[in-house]
Amino acid sequence: MDFQLSAQEEEFRDEVRAFLKENLPAEGERNSPDFLARWNAKVREKRWVGFSWPKEVGGGGGSVMEQVILKEEMARQKAPGLGTCFMGLAWVGPSIIQYGNEEQKKKYIPDILDGTYQWCTGYSEPDSGSDLASLKCKGVREGDEYVINGQKIWTSIAMWSKMMILLVRTDSDVDAKHDGITCLLVPMDAEGLEVRPIRNMGGGSMFAEIFFTDVRVPVENRLGDEGQGWQVTVSALANERSSIAEVYGLRRKMDELKELARSTTRAGSSAIEIPSIRRRLQRADIRIESMRLNGQRFLTKQLRGEPLGSETSINKLHRAALEIELGELAMEITGSASTLMRGSADAPENGRWADYALGWPEVVIGGGTPNIQKNIIAERILGLPKD
Amino acid sequence: MNFGFTEEQELLRAEVRKFLDENASLEKVRSQCESEEGFDKKLWEQMSELGFVGLTVPEEHGGAGLDLVTLLVLLEETGRSLFPSPLISTVIAAQAIQRFGSDEQRARWLPGLANGSCIGTMALLEQSDDFSPGGLHLQGKADGPDTILAGRKLFVPDAGKADLFVVAFRSGPGAADVDLAVVERETAGVSTLDSAGMDLTKRLGSLVLDDVRVGGDCVLAPKKGGWWVVQSLIDLGAALVTAETVGAAEGALTITSDFAKEREQFGSKIGRYQGVKHPLAEMYVDIESYKSLVYYAFWALDEGEEDAALAVSRAKAYASETFPMAGINGVQLHGGVGYTWEYDIQLFLKRGKWMRPMYGDADYHYDRIAYLGGL
Repeated sequence: MDFQLSAQEEEFRDEVRAFLKENLPAEGERNSPDFLARWNAKVREKRWVGFSWPKEVGGGGGSVMEQVILKEEMARQKAPGLGTCFMGLAWVGPSIIQYGNEEQKKKYIPDILDGTYQWCTGYSEPDSGSDLASLKCKGVREGDEYVINGQKIWTSIAMWSKMMILLVRTDSDVDAKHDGITCLLVPMDAEGLEVRPIRNMGGGSMFAEIFFTDVRVPVENRLGDEGQGWQVTVSALANERSSIAEVYGLRRKMDELKELARSTTRAGSSAIEIPSIRRRLQRADIRIESMRLNGQRFLTKQLRGEPLGSETSINKLHRAALEIELGELAMEITGSASTLMRGSADAPENGRWADYALGWPEVVIGGGTPNIQKNIIAERILGLPKD
Repeated sequence: MNFGFTEEQELLRAEVRKFLDENASLEKVRSQCESEEGFDKKLWEQMSELGFVGLTVPEEHGGAGLDLVTLLVLLEETGRSLFPSPLISTVIAAQAIQRFGSDEQRARWLPGLANGSCIGTMALLEQSDDFSPGGLHLQGKADGPDTILAGRKLFVPDAGKADLFVVAFRSGPGAADVDLAVVERETAGVSTLDSAGMDLTKRLGSLVLDDVRVGGDCVLAPKKGGWWVVQSLIDLGAALVTAETVGAAEGALTITSDFAKEREQFGSKIGRYQGVKHPLAEMYVDIESYKSLVYYAFWALDEGEEDAALAVSRAKAYASETFPMAGINGVQLHGGVGYTWEYDIQLFLKRGKWMRPMYGDADYHYDRIAYLGGL
C-alpha cells in the first residue's frame, strides 16, 4: 500500500496547481460575466476538456492516474467543470469515439469539446424505466431513413439541447430483449419531434417528455450497427467510473450543512450542539470518506489492469443515501422554517435547503435506482440467482 | 497510488488461509472454543512457529519485523475463520512494550511474545467501563523503587490464558499521571477470573491485583507518559479488531449468501427474492466501505500520518454500528435454522456483539472523531 504520487505524477499535479493559481480567481471573484467563457477557453486550450479521450479526436490522452489528479485538484479548488457539454462529455462522446465512423467523429466531437451546444439522452420510456431494455419506441428502416414513432421520458435538458442520443427498437422479433435495439443521433428540430417539459416536485422543469410522430432520421445518423444499440450505450456508461467529483460535491455540501447547523439557533443554542444532529453529521462524514477510499481501491484495480466489475454500485448506493440524508438533515436542523421556500421572508438561506431536499430524485432515481444497484450487487457479485 | 497488497502480502494470505483451512474449519473452531481454555494450544504453537504471532515484532527480538498492513492480511483471515486465539491480545501487549519500553524491557519480554511462549494482553478497563482518562482509577502507589498495584481490571481479553498483563494505572491524580506496568502472572497477588462471555471464540475475564508489588523495571517508560500512551494502544486495538471484523463479516455474508442460493421456498431459491437479496447487498456495501476505511487506517498508522487516529475511529465506528446488525440479518435470513446452535451463522452474530464495544463502540469513536476533527 502506498498513497504517495510518483515523481512524474507529482509533476503533473504541480502543473495543474500552477494553472489553477494563474487562471482561477478566488471564489468570491468568479462572478464577472466573462470569467466562465475565459475559463472554458483556457481549459479547452490545455486539452483538459475530454482529457481522457484520445489525442486524435482532440482529447488530452491523459492516463487514468492523471485524470484522477486533475479531477481532484479541480474539485479541491472548487473550480468550474471542464467543458460545458455535460452529457456529450459524459457518455455521448465516448460512445461516438468507440462506435462512430470517421465522419461522425469529425462532425460531433469538436462541438462536444467546445461546448457549442447541448446533447440530451433519450433512453427511458414510460413503461421502461429500470427495465430499460424493454423499450418500445420504434425505428423502422425505410430506404435511407429510419422512421421513429413512440415516446421517451425523463429527458433532462431536452428543452435546451440541439441533439439527442436515442435508443429505438428496430427489431421486436428477438429472443433477448437487449437485442434489436439501435442507437440513433437525432437533431431536436426534426419534424414530428415534440418536447413537453415536466414539472418536478420542486416546482422546476429540468426534464421533459419527448413524442415522436413519424420523425425521419437519415441512416448516417446511426451509431454502431443496427441492433447494437444496447452495447453502444452500456459500454459508454461504463466509462464513468470515478466518483471523485461526487465525493468532493458531497464534502462541500457537508461543509455548508455544518455551517448551517452552527449558525442555526434551536431552543437557545446552536443546532450543532444537538447530539442527534452531531451523530448524523459524523455518520455522513464517514460515509463520504469511505466513498473516497472505495474509489481509490477501485482505481488501484483499474491501474493494475484488473477488470472492474460492479463495485461502482457501492458508491452509487452511498451517494443516493447521502443525497437524501443531507437534505433531511438540513430540514432537521432548520426546524419549523425548514419548509419555507425561496422568496419567503424567514426561509433559511432563501430556501436553498428546501430546494435541495426536494431535488434528490434527480440523482437517486436518475442514475439507476438503489433497488437496481442492490440487484446488481446481489446477482453479479454475490452470485445470487437472477430476479 | 497503490491501494492494494504486495505480492509478499498476498503470499502470506495464501499461507495463512492454508493453515486455517486445514486447522480451523468452523466445525473445528467450535470444538476449540468450547474447550476449557477456549483455544488450541498446539495450533498456537504452530502459528507461532510459522511466524504469525511475532509478525510485527522487530527481528532483533525474534519477530519478522513487518508492518501493520501485513498484519492486517493475517487478521482478515483469522477473522474470516472466527479462529480462537490470543493473537490480537498478544500483539497489543508486544506493541506496548515495543513502543514504550526501554531496551532492557524489550529484550526481556518481546522474544517470548514473538515466539508464542508468552501470551500477553492489555488490562485497561475497570468498573467505570470508560475509555477515557477519567475512567482510570486503579492506583499504583510508589514504595521506594517499587510500585504497589491494587484493584480490579475488567473485560480483559484472554485474561485466563495470559502470562503477561500490560496494566494501565494511575500514579497520581493529574491528567499526565498515567502509566503502564508489565505484570507477570506469577507475581504474588495476581489472579484472574474468567467471564462467561457470549462469544466463545473471544474470551474475556477480570484481573485482580491484590497489592501486587512490581519493580521499577516493570513500569514502561516514558514514566508519567500521560494518557496519549494508553490512547495510542486503544487506537491500535480498535484497528486490529476492525481488521478481524472485515474477515468475519465477509464470512457471515458468504455463508448467508450460500444458504440463500440453496434454500427453496415458494418453488424458488430464496436468493431470488429481493427481500433476501437487498439486505445481503447492503451488507456487502457496508463491509467494502469499512474495509476501505480500515485499510487506509493501517497504512496511516504505519506511516505515522496525521490522520491515523481519525482514520481508525471512522473505521471502528462504521464497523461497530453495522456488523452487529449484519449478524442479526444473517440469522433472520436463515429463518428458523439460524436460531439453532447447530448452524454457524449464530457464531458470527455473537462475534458482532463481542466486537461492538471492544476498544470503543460507535458512540465513543464518534466522539473521538468530533474531538480530532473539530466538529
